[in-house]
Amino acid sequence: MTERTRIPLHRDPRVRAILVQVLAAVVVGYGFYSLFQTTVDNLVARGIQTGTNFFDEVAPFQIGFTPFFDYKLGESKYIDVFFVGIQNTILVAVLGIIAATLLGFFIGVIRLSPNWLVSRGALVYIEIFRNVPLLLQIMFWNFAIFLPTLPAPKNSIAMGAFYLNARGFHTPLPVIENTTDFAIWIALLTFLVIGLVMFARRAKALFEETGRRLPVPWISAAALIIGGYIFYLVSGSPLSFDEPVLGRFNFKGGGQLPLPLFSLWFALTLYTSAFIAENVRAGIQSVSHGQTEAALALGLSRKDTVNLVTIPQALRVIIPPTISQYLNLTKNSSLAVAVGYEELVAVWAGITLNQTGQALVIIGMTVAVYECLSLLTSFVLNWYNKRIQLTER
Amino acid sequence: MKLSAKIATSVAASAVAVAQVASAGTLDDVKARGELKCGVSGGVPGFSAPDDAGRMQGIDAAVCDAVAAAVLGDASKVVFIPLTAKERFTALASGEVDVLSRNTTHTLTREASLGLNFTYYNYIDGQGFMVMKDSGIKSTLELDGASICVQAGTTTELNMADYFRNNNMKFTPVGYETSTQTREGFEGGACDVLTSDKSQLAALSTEMKVGPAGVTILPETISKEPLGPVVRQGDDQWMDIVAMTLYALINAEELGITSGNIDSLKAKPGNPAVARLVGAEGNMGELLGLGADWSYNAIKQVGNYGEIYERTVAPIGIPRAGSVNDLWTRGGILYAPPIR
Repeated sequence: MTERTRIPLHRDPRVRAILVQVLAAVVVGYGFYSLFQTTVDNLVARGIQTGTNFFDEVAPFQIGFTPFFDYKLGESKYIDVFFVGIQNTILVAVLGIIAATLLGFFIGVIRLSPNWLVSRGALVYIEIFRNVPLLLQIMFWNFAIFLPTLPAPKNSIAMGAFYLNARGFHTPLPVIENTTDFAIWIALLTFLVIGLVMFARRAKALFEETGRRLPVPWISAAALIIGGYIFYLVSGSPLSFDEPVLGRFNFKGGGQLPLPLFSLWFALTLYTSAFIAENVRAGIQSVSHGQTEAALALGLSRKDTVNLVTIPQALRVIIPPTISQYLNLTKNSSLAVAVGYEELVAVWAGITLNQTGQALVIIGMTVAVYECLSLLTSFVLNWYNKRIQLTER
Repeated sequence: MKLSAKIATSVAASAVAVAQVASAGTLDDVKARGELKCGVSGGVPGFSAPDDAGRMQGIDAAVCDAVAAAVLGDASKVVFIPLTAKERFTALASGEVDVLSRNTTHTLTREASLGLNFTYYNYIDGQGFMVMKDSGIKSTLELDGASICVQAGTTTELNMADYFRNNNMKFTPVGYETSTQTREGFEGGACDVLTSDKSQLAALSTEMKVGPAGVTILPETISKEPLGPVVRQGDDQWMDIVAMTLYALINAEELGITSGNIDSLKAKPGNPAVARLVGAEGNMGELLGLGADWSYNAIKQVGNYGEIYERTVAPIGIPRAGSVNDLWTRGGILYAPPIR
């Protein structure tokens, strides 16, 4: 090639592609900038104050449910309200994801049961909970079922030291009596766990060598419960229990699962599990029947066929759409405002916004939190998804 | 990218909304539209709640009716937009409503930082507490440790927090979005106490299964709640119109003008103050940018303040005689500047 064939810059497709992209970025960027500037100008012109100065002001209202945060009326600041909101959102999301996964898996599996009644039952379940708007379900459970049926605190349903009433579920809470004894107990438990891990490895080696299988999960569970209890006594019973006691209005002391949280958790679980069940069914059905036949022909038991052949292959199909369901569940938790559960949208984008009027800052921060939570969930699950993908050789 | 795009979209949306507002005067907008957009609560009997025919009734709704009568000559030309406590200020600031008449308390923070103006008060209220009668509670000072249903994001929530802190008492708030939900929660036993402005407590008790006889509204009043219509900041003419319409209704009662006798008074006013108010004399309407019969229309079609009160608030069980909401001439504090 000689210099004569050199293309002038403005006609070089690579240069032009870059130029066009830079230009597009500048135009879009300027568009956003001018929108932002217009907003700020208009806010100033209308006398609406905006900014983050209110973060350090004392929040003038009380929050009822702050399990992981020492919220004090008259001392805690607005920014503390933000953190309380995030914690309560994460709490209900995690509880919901765990419960919805277990329930969804169960419903999805029995949906494929050869028993007509069972599989139709699962179908009815899925169609009911999938097709009714979630907000309606949340309000239905809270206002139509739980509140009218559960008794007032004075007539609570007692189950040992556990109490259930219209305010929620009250449990005893363990309190560390003696820190040294407690440390001893934890140390003993750690040794026990290490021992069990070593035992599991030995059992796996034994299985690969001889094909003999030991009931590792059962042995581990039994060892943990029995050993844990013996060590607890040996270390001098380092815990005591703070039991809920009926006060003038409600139970005091102990732990509490408030009714709004319970209603929300319940509704989110039923709703999301219906979707997860369908993902599970799709996943299982995607595994060709030949795989099952081959496994059976090799002499695997029914249980092993499901656990070692069908499920691992089905998971590849189940996980990606289930990630979306987890994200939906997290975002749907913002409907809590209908039943008075104090998550991010209720206390931050609701109460705080209304008390301070700082819509722009508050909504921006709320959006950012949901975005971060969603990205984090996706990230973790995508990593897990990659790990379980079929390794092709 | 996703994040910045979302933020940008919301910023863009609010920018557009604010840009719209900044345009013409509200009076011209309303006249051009032929309708007044009025933000109300839509669920509080006596203040604003739909009747059997679906027409919004109540003392808050009546203010909008009167403004529509004064501006457009027809009290029925109002579109009522029900708003939650949370939505109300944004709805007003973004131009979704022309007047916010939604039992809204006048406070410094709201006046100074939200870009809005309070006009005058159509009802002066105070916060109280309501318990079930069978609880046997007689005073708010017995409420230490109680769960309290409250509408989230209101001044009610703040007054309650202050009151309990002042008296060294603890409480658990149960915050709902609408006042109907607070009532449902209270009835279902989600809380021991329901707190709100006393007028609302009376109104909500009429909707309960046990009825007003089954509950006790505790005697203490823990706050001042002057409620009144609110307009956007920066449109002084519109603010004057709303305020003067309300003043006209109060002055009409003071001067003995009712929807029933206004026609005969207009024909033969006698008193010059009456003549100005019924539009037989002077150019009051013109000064406001309205027709000469602005106040005549408002009083004729909606009634004077006393008539409105008897029609709306009195039936929910709040008598007026001698209360703060009576005229200043009868021991109350309602006092309107002269229309002259």
